[in-house]
Parts: sequence; C-alpha cells; structure tokens
Amino acid sequence: MMRSVGTLTRADLAETINRKLGFSRAESLGLVEAILEKICAAMTHGENVKISGFGSFVLRDKKERVGRNPKTGVEVPITPRRVMTFRASQLLKDRIAKG
Amino acid sequence: MIRSELLQALAKDNPELHNDEIEQVVDIFFEEIAQRLAEGGRVELRGFGAFSTRERDARKGRNPRTGEPVDVPGKRVPYFKPGKEMRQRLNAE
Repeated sequence: MMRSVGTLTRADLAETINRKLGFSRAESLGLVEAILEKICAAMTHGENVKISGFGSFVLRDKKERVGRNPKTGVEVPITPRRVMTFRASQLLKDRIAKG
Repeated sequence: MIRSELLQALAKDNPELHNDEIEQVVDIFFEEIAQRLAEGGRVELRGFGAFSTRERDARKGRNPRTGEPVDVPGKRVPYFKPGKEMRQRLNAE
C-alpha cells in the first residue's frame, strides 16, 4: 500500500521556492499566489490553461438539469453553469500510476 | 493560456525578476505538486482547488479494434476538485 504523506499547501510551495531560489518567504508566497491568480484570471475570461508536462485546466459548460434535494426528495432545477476540470498530462498520469 | 503565456504574464507583473527566475518558480510550483501526487499525497490550494489521487480497480477491458478481452490492471489516477471560490468566480456575471 502507498505510504501516507501529508497535504501540500501554499506554504509548502513557498517554502521550497524560498529554499531553492532564495526569495524571501513573503516573496515566495506572493509568487505562489500570483501563479494561481494568473490561472484563475485566464479561466475567468473563458480560457483553458495548458501546462505542458503537467496537465490542462479545461472549462466545461453544463446545461440546466433537474436535481433533487437529497434530504427532502424535492425536485429542484440545477442552473446552467461553467465548471473547471483538470486533465492530467500523460507524463503526470504515468508518474502517479507508478507510485 | 499555455505555460509560456503564464510566464509572460508573471514577468509583466514582476519586472524586477529575471525571466529565468520566473521560469524556475513556475517549474518548482508544478513539479512539487506532481511529486506529491506521485507519492500518493494530496495538494490543497484553498480557493483554487485540491489535487488528490484515486485508486482504480483492475477491470476487464476490450481491445476496441479486435474486440478481444484484455486485463486492465488497477492503478492510481489523478483527481482535481475545484475550490468554492474558483467555482463562484467562473459563474459570476
């Protein structure tokens, strides 16, 4: 079985940038945030984001459909919406499958 | 947006940084996430989303060309769940 490892967060990413590249902790955290913000901004403008070797963040438009409140069983319309999906690159899939 | 466009966008906002520094930051960012997932761990970026992996059971598949049955081994696959803030921003008018 896979050994359990903890959860990686912004702080961990910033820590690695600080350690490897020597930017201050605050700068490193700012850079992590900047990357996320750029991806988010592109997607908010309707663009997909493709990072070679890693994967693609792809937008999908969902049509309206009928849902049900699981607690009460009452049918409610689920409004049309845009969702974000992630498609890992073959490289990332292979790395994860190998473990 | 592709990787090179992400680098350009970051360079524009951070004129004090060299292009190769930005490139190294972006490399570390995605490599650390990939590495953690390869180790079977989880990556949580509040507001943006969370990456994790899921176990897929072995199954019987079929060669679509010949129709021949094949054994597909179990494996671990990547999974991403967008964060609440991200979901809301994508649907804000």
